Amino acid sequence: MKSNRATSIWIVLLLALHVMVVFAGFLGPYDPTEQDRKSPYLPPMRLHLVDAQGHFHARPFVYSLTRREGAFDQYEEDTARPLPLKFFVKGARYRLLGFVPLRWHSFGTESDRIYLLGSDSYGRDQLSRFLYGGQVSLFAGLLGAGITLLLGLCVGALAGFYGGWRDDLLMRLAELFLALPWLYLLFALRAFLPLAVSPLQAFFLIIAVLGTVGWARPARLVRGVVLSAKERDFVRAARGFGATGGYLLRRHILPGASSVLLTQAAILVPQFVLAEMTLSFVGLGVPEPVPSWGNLLSSLQQYSVLVSYWWMYLPAFIMVPFFLGYLGLGSRLQQYGEPYKIGK
Amino acid sequence: MPFLLRRFAHAVFLLVGVSVLAFVFTVLAPGNFFDEMRLNPQIAPETIKALRTHYELERPLPIRYAHWLSSLLHGDMGFSFAYNRPVAPLLLVRARNTLLLTITAMFLAWGIALPLGIWSAEHQGGIPDRMVSSGTAALLVIPDLALALGLLVVAVKSGWFPVGGMISVHFESLSFAGKARDLLLHMALPAAALVLSVLPLLIRHVRAAVAEVLDAPFLLAAEGHGIPRGTVLYRYALPAAANPLISLFGFSIGTLLSGSLLVEVVMSWPGLGPFLLEAILARDLYVVIGGVLLSTLFLVGGNLLADMLLYWADPRIRTEAAS
Repeated sequence: MKSNRATSIWIVLLLALHVMVVFAGFLGPYDPTEQDRKSPYLPPMRLHLVDAQGHFHARPFVYSLTRREGAFDQYEEDTARPLPLKFFVKGARYRLLGFVPLRWHSFGTESDRIYLLGSDSYGRDQLSRFLYGGQVSLFAGLLGAGITLLLGLCVGALAGFYGGWRDDLLMRLAELFLALPWLYLLFALRAFLPLAVSPLQAFFLIIAVLGTVGWARPARLVRGVVLSAKERDFVRAARGFGATGGYLLRRHILPGASSVLLTQAAILVPQFVLAEMTLSFVGLGVPEPVPSWGNLLSSLQQYSVLVSYWWMYLPAFIMVPFFLGYLGLGSRLQQYGEPYKIGK
Repeated sequence: MPFLLRRFAHAVFLLVGVSVLAFVFTVLAPGNFFDEMRLNPQIAPETIKALRTHYELERPLPIRYAHWLSSLLHGDMGFSFAYNRPVAPLLLVRARNTLLLTITAMFLAWGIALPLGIWSAEHQGGIPDRMVSSGTAALLVIPDLALALGLLVVAVKSGWFPVGGMISVHFESLSFAGKARDLLLHMALPAAALVLSVLPLLIRHVRAAVAEVLDAPFLLAAEGHGIPRGTVLYRYALPAAANPLISLFGFSIGTLLSGSLLVEVVMSWPGLGPFLLEAILARDLYVVIGGVLLSTLFLVGGNLLADMLLYWADPRIRTEAAS
């Protein structure tokens, strides 16, 4: 029971985080590509409850930042201009879940722009970019893992169930894919695809690449499960009653692989999110101005940004709970899946 | 030695297979190095056509592959369009740097993981175990990219370590000791990032493997004979737990190579990583193939080494091979 509760806690945490990202348009105050050239590299604004005169306000507020005399990227709080935080404000248009057109944002201000996570070199809101970037990175990871597992399931079932030359061929091919360090494999596959593409094309390209990179390991695991399951008595009995191969696989054999697949999913998704981040970080992934967690960090490749604007590093911290969630869920599932665990 | 021979034949098969696969993919790939030239009005289409013919891009795949193989045997590994010279010498310098970094990191990582893993296996459920396992969990959830960038911030802010590159500008003028010091200082950060990225994996496996043998009767007997704890752990328990760890050693090489690709790019270590990236962006076909193949060679070589170690460490494999 206790371990069941722990599992559901991880699942709830992950669901909450993903819902946050899905509702990026509502939660984030601005459009992620909206620029404000007058305020590049604005540090995160501090939320206050007590103003400079010592008065308490129930409504949190920030002070708008003004540029320090003679500096181009140094700002200080202008205590004469408080910006009270407003909830459910009308702002930039966006499409909730991709199709519901809305203008409501969870919070915002009435006059100046508010930057709770600071702004980047174009004065774009880092918070909005982080949330929208999560859509790209997380869904690339999720879809990539889905494709990988589907591929692995098919290949593993085919190899394990039918055996013979199919098994030999598929497993040799799997060994070829495992013989490459996986990041090199990822880069190599990306190298063979077109470089200059639109953000949407890039997104699907990445998913395709991710989907093809990782199939070998799940395929081997599924094959192991199928091999051991197909000699079980209930499977033989079903075969004796005249069940066809497809029916046997679908009804009796592959359900046994579900725990292996779930565990693999919990391992693969964060790995693929990292892979997307790596590709976008080095400029082979989703291009600007569309944000992704990878290209959010890519400005840090310049040492000057790395040293002077610490908040550009914040996204790296905020994404930790996502990885924590997947890691926790993965290790939980692994404990469940132990009886099915087949050695390498 | 049929076992080792079999493993060796398998390694050769993998290398050939990966090279064939790489060639097949290059045919499917849209765009190539000379496409950029087409946009340049100053270069006549005939020139590009002549260049393509010169580099045999117009010929069918099997012939290109055969030519590439013969060029490999001549020690060229094809021709780099961007650098206008054979690929092998270009690649080998970078590969040496990558190897220098990964091998150092590998020794460091195993050197840290073995004692820590054994220590936490010995105190299962105790405070040391919890400290180690929460440490590894923390390292696991921080993305490698963030870790490397974080170390970079520390380096830049503190000024303790040189940032980027492998040697200082005045490297040639230094004495031997000075050169070593310079190299070590440059290597410290990338190596640290690499070590930290593989450490959790290693520690967890060492802990699990040692914990499994720790209850064995022969260890109890050793302890009953009054053999010191350290000797029991390192002289008796560790060899008994070595089998899965040796397999992990082969696997860890792959992880390290992948990790070093990222670390090299972030910290501008002049290894295969940045070079491969540059080649991908320039569509420098043979450099990409060469880089991918070299990384395969390292991984396959590492696994072969692990097989040899296994053969040496586990008598069961030797007898199995003999019978």
